[in-house]
Amino acid sequence: MSDDILRFKNVSKAYGDHYVLKGINMEVRPGEIHALIGENGAGKSTLMNILFGMPVIHETGGFEGTVEIGGEDAKIMTPHDAMTKGIGMVHQEFMLLPGFTIAENIKLNREITKPSLMSKLFGKRLESLRVTDMNSDARKALDTMEMDIAEYTMVAGLPVGHMQFVEIAREIDKTGIRFLVFDEPTAVLTESETKNLLAAIKRLAAKGIGIVFISHRLDEIIEVSDRVTILRDGEWVATEETKNITAAEIARLMVGRALSIEREEGGREISDEVMLEVKNLRVKMPGEEVKGVDLKVRRGEIVGIGGLAGQGKLGIANGIMGLYPADGKVVFKGQELKFNDPKGAIKAGLAFVCEDRKGVGLLLNSPIDLNIAFTALQTEDKFLKSFGPFKISDQKAIRAHADEMIKELDIRCTSAAQNAGALSGGNQQKVCVARALTQEPELLLVSEPTRGIDIGAKKLILDLLRQLSEEKGMTIIMTSSELAELRSICDRVLIVCEGKVAGELAPTASDAEYGLMMSGSRVSKNEGGED
Amino acid sequence: MKKIVERIGIPTLAVTAMLVIVLITAAIQGQSLQTLFSDMLNRAGMNGLLVLAMVPAIKSGTGPNFALPIGIEGGLFALVCCMQMDLGGWKLMICSIALAIVLCTLMGYAYGKLMNCVKGAEMTIATYTGFSIVAFFNILWLVLPFSNRKMGWMLGTGLRETIQLDSFEAGGLISNLLAFQVGKITVPTGMLLLLGICCVLVSYFFKTKAGLAIYAGGVNPQFALAAGLNVDRGRILANILSTVLAGIGIIVYSQGYGYAQLYNGPMMMSFPAVAAVLIGGATAAKANCMNVVLGVFIFQGLMTAAMPVANQLFAGTDLSDIMRQIIQNGVILYALTQVKKGGDR
Amino acid sequence: MSIVHFAGASGDRAKRDAQVAAGQQLPGVHAPGKPKFDWKNWLLDNIVTLIFWVFIILGFVLAEGVTINWFLTELCNRIYRNAFLVLALIIPVVAGLGLNFGIVVGAMAGQLAVVFVRYHDIGGFGGFMLCMALALPIAIICGWLTGTLYNKTRGQEMIASLIVGYFGNGVYMFIVLFLIGAVIPVQAGHPMLLPGDVGLRMTVDMGTIKYALEDLVKVPFAPFMVVCGALFFLYLIWNQFFRKLKPGQERMNKLKFIVYAALSLAVAVIFLVADITDSALTMVRKVPLGTVAVIVLLAVFTKWIMTTKLGQDFRSCGQNQHIAESNGINVDRTRIVATIISTVLAAWGMIIYLQNIGTLNVYTAHTQIGFFAVAAVLVGGASVSKATVSQALMGTILFQSMFILSPEIGQAVFGQAILGEYFRTFMVYGVIGLALGLYVWKANKQSKLRLDDPEDPMDKTVAEVVSGK
Repeated sequence: MSDDILRFKNVSKAYGDHYVLKGINMEVRPGEIHALIGENGAGKSTLMNILFGMPVIHETGGFEGTVEIGGEDAKIMTPHDAMTKGIGMVHQEFMLLPGFTIAENIKLNREITKPSLMSKLFGKRLESLRVTDMNSDARKALDTMEMDIAEYTMVAGLPVGHMQFVEIAREIDKTGIRFLVFDEPTAVLTESETKNLLAAIKRLAAKGIGIVFISHRLDEIIEVSDRVTILRDGEWVATEETKNITAAEIARLMVGRALSIEREEGGREISDEVMLEVKNLRVKMPGEEVKGVDLKVRRGEIVGIGGLAGQGKLGIANGIMGLYPADGKVVFKGQELKFNDPKGAIKAGLAFVCEDRKGVGLLLNSPIDLNIAFTALQTEDKFLKSFGPFKISDQKAIRAHADEMIKELDIRCTSAAQNAGALSGGNQQKVCVARALTQEPELLLVSEPTRGIDIGAKKLILDLLRQLSEEKGMTIIMTSSELAELRSICDRVLIVCEGKVAGELAPTASDAEYGLMMSGSRVSKNEGGED
Repeated sequence: MKKIVERIGIPTLAVTAMLVIVLITAAIQGQSLQTLFSDMLNRAGMNGLLVLAMVPAIKSGTGPNFALPIGIEGGLFALVCCMQMDLGGWKLMICSIALAIVLCTLMGYAYGKLMNCVKGAEMTIATYTGFSIVAFFNILWLVLPFSNRKMGWMLGTGLRETIQLDSFEAGGLISNLLAFQVGKITVPTGMLLLLGICCVLVSYFFKTKAGLAIYAGGVNPQFALAAGLNVDRGRILANILSTVLAGIGIIVYSQGYGYAQLYNGPMMMSFPAVAAVLIGGATAAKANCMNVVLGVFIFQGLMTAAMPVANQLFAGTDLSDIMRQIIQNGVILYALTQVKKGGDR
Repeated sequence: MSIVHFAGASGDRAKRDAQVAAGQQLPGVHAPGKPKFDWKNWLLDNIVTLIFWVFIILGFVLAEGVTINWFLTELCNRIYRNAFLVLALIIPVVAGLGLNFGIVVGAMAGQLAVVFVRYHDIGGFGGFMLCMALALPIAIICGWLTGTLYNKTRGQEMIASLIVGYFGNGVYMFIVLFLIGAVIPVQAGHPMLLPGDVGLRMTVDMGTIKYALEDLVKVPFAPFMVVCGALFFLYLIWNQFFRKLKPGQERMNKLKFIVYAALSLAVAVIFLVADITDSALTMVRKVPLGTVAVIVLLAVFTKWIMTTKLGQDFRSCGQNQHIAESNGINVDRTRIVATIISTVLAAWGMIIYLQNIGTLNVYTAHTQIGFFAVAAVLVGGASVSKATVSQALMGTILFQSMFILSPEIGQAVFGQAILGEYFRTFMVYGVIGLALGLYVWKANKQSKLRLDDPEDPMDKTVAEVVSGK
């Protein structure tokens, strides 16, 4: 059996000069469930892209090291190669066509056909489909999953759990499947659906299929996997037999940083006045749904919101600012804020630096000065002058203010007339902050302030936030995927998991505590019946 | 080299090159270039406002206003109503423009509402809305009880296909205002002045609070939303402006042409206007007044100059109209291939 | 879409099978209980078709001069003429290209073939077939070009297809008005040429190609209808009671069956009586079996191609290009093939159209083809993303009825036939605008985020496709 092992040997991958994977070694044995865990950006998806020969890898100069199957270099250059080698993947988002039956989806682009007169004359694509054979193949695959839904049911309207099973059935139906990758398969499933899925995965492993199980849910990993590999920042951290390791241990390994967290204490005053109170906030933000969050922020605080991607941490600020449909209750300085009313939120004294700097944060083809002045101009009628009966923008005032901000925040640009799109990521972020400050807010919401910014600029941004808090007494809610950042400047950190606040931690809490909370371990233990 | 081409844009360069070739050919043929230039200026002035109507629509993110006939019919209706009251001369011009502004504001509001309902397919729906409006007004021209003999058929009811503005002493009124001659070139000062004023006004509008809001909503609706703006309202405002400009534009066009063209005349008028602004360097998502002025002079100039040249080369073939169709629609198609992502769906 | 908990692999399989056999939906798959009939949505979905029904019924009430046999003669003639062109629209819709206004390009390809054949004065059925053969390569090239263009204007195909029709018109004009004679050598003084031997005259006489297909075999109308009605009735009976169902198939709804059966039986009986009593109904023009056969053949072909691998790929691309692509289907190529088929069919459809009309208006015959065909298929209840053979045929009948009746109504009500003509132009554009607008509006409304919607994985994929992931 040993010659059937899937092995990553010393695999590295760089985009330009930046290494996202460094010397990964990992093996998956037939019949084994091998869990792969790591924070966002740890390199899981890059590793899988390499395994599947995705264009994104080979168009950017390929990778170093080898992927071997049975001791030989597998040479996977395209997704098709991966398929012929017997490697399949169950995607996180469903790749199903709603207007097709289950069988048609399972057989998508692998339809069984029979030649006809027309196909002999005009080519293979005119061969007729053999629906009966396709249905019976699909039936077989579904039976392997012990799934008893009729194969000719339309996919549109199926419960999510069924769709997941159809996805798996499609992979099983591919001849000679030997390795199957599950990418966060339980993310959208309910508790009972999850149970069924894990059982199914175990059955597949028992048939000798090697399984890579990517999940952030530690409990599931402990329950289902044989071994677990932990990645962090593109590096291999550990591979252990699951029975020899605890969830806390995994969490520690996943989060732990080699770098120590720098933290300067003091210099700030936090009053007892509750400035913002959020009750049972629900936000419909695609991919970052919030399902009932309570939160209190006191004047002068820096509150951090952390958690893994897709768990809903980004939805909180967006919901409070009224950018996505939301309900619940938000009270700011004793006044209740309306939902879906960004103007109202801004007027009340809130300012938002959005996580999507280029998409939402900036007018890339407009000059820096307009970007800085825009929101204040629109909502507070600043920077306007009379021009006959009309009010037009006061270019001079806008420029003067921008110059001031450029100096204050040290924005590196040729002039305030430069287009925002031409700036580096860090400087763009400063422009966003400058716009927020121009609104003269009392509460600043900052999301992912250091995303896509190089290390030097990151520190500048964080220092800037701390400075605002210390010198101007600004209250800040900072949302970030980077725990280290949150822990370096926040007074306390809320961890969001599955749309709810999993708990609150002090910045000085241990890595294991953070890891466990982010993985939702506690959530599923304490509130088991949630679905 | 490649960078320069990219910066100026292929349509602009290609059509300018054609214009140069046509003008050289005309010179070789011994045509009077001065008469040609007069005609070119006149045509550009006549079409200017119709092209300018594209700017607010494009800036607001609804894309080129393929529903230009809405505004055009509004303008024509205003003109015809004032004719019914037998106004003449400047009275007719000013009253009809004033009435056109009122009518087009209402129509533009409804049209803007419609555009907000069909986000993602604005251009297609706009085209058919424009066609439908023309067909609808065809019925109106026929059934409404207009009674002024100067605009009815000799026999039967309904309005004429083309109504002569001279019978209302209004033909060329704006064109000839302050007109002067340089050599043999006649400069239609009034028309060019009006175009200039409107361009300046539109430019200034986009510097006001509302104008900036429309612009932001057009280039980045998410950004505008986050800044607390009502993007939909901005789009409605922009389409009202576009429709009003089209309404005034057709009155200017009619007085320059000497006739008001009713019935199917306005049906295809949006396409040359769209093509002109694109030739001026605009895209389906970006336009300014510079694009309008440049585009209308190059495109209408080419069309005007090509006619006598082609006629002399190949008599009776109507080659210049064929060329118009190919260039106009080719340019629009090119712009469509540059539209990013596209819906979705 | 309702998300109900997965009953689980532990569910009682035998019980479920029994439910399936009894024609019930699986629990958890669809909302349980009898769904309440949603009048508002139904009205919204069928508004275009309904407007036409109302208009036609009104037409019969108002326009007194219309006799049934004249109406049927006109209608049938128009169906023979147009049905093929309307059917040419179906495949691009299924392949996700939307309504292909670019069939105008195909029509022009067909006209070029006709021009060539008539220039050499070839007539009769042979000439007709030669037109078809010549149109094929021209249409394939045109289709390939337009298909490539549609791939470059993804998401804007419909406006692109409209503009490409105008663009093609320019090129076509350049050919027929200038190239022929100026570049392509022609025989001086040929009757088809303008004086000066450059460019074609306004009209080209189809000569003996006129009715080449129509006149092959003709049968009287009434017996034809008797046979049609009877055959359809028998088919319904077989379908309802004797056909063995494949898994997943269902019998026709009982009410629908009764209505259809009664209608087909009524048609057969009425025309049988008419034939025996020699009433006015027998005065309807004879049925050209050749044309009818070609239309039926195309309908069968369209249905057949959907059962092939190619058809399956059309359907995949039509539903979600991203998923089709990631499963290894060459989406761009599939879309081009769909456009080519549509263009070729349009070229052939135009030739059939012309042999019925008898003269080719070189400069105007094709210009309205796209609008009329699209309006017809929309009136039949099709949409940007869904079109079937029966919708195309039903739509042709309704649309052409409106076309015949409009001037009559204009005459009867306002004393002006021209008003009716303007009105029908309004209907054509209005119908297209209304149907497309409603479609987009509904789609936008559905994709709007709502707080209490359950997470829908399908929406998610769509959202990701849109965002270009």
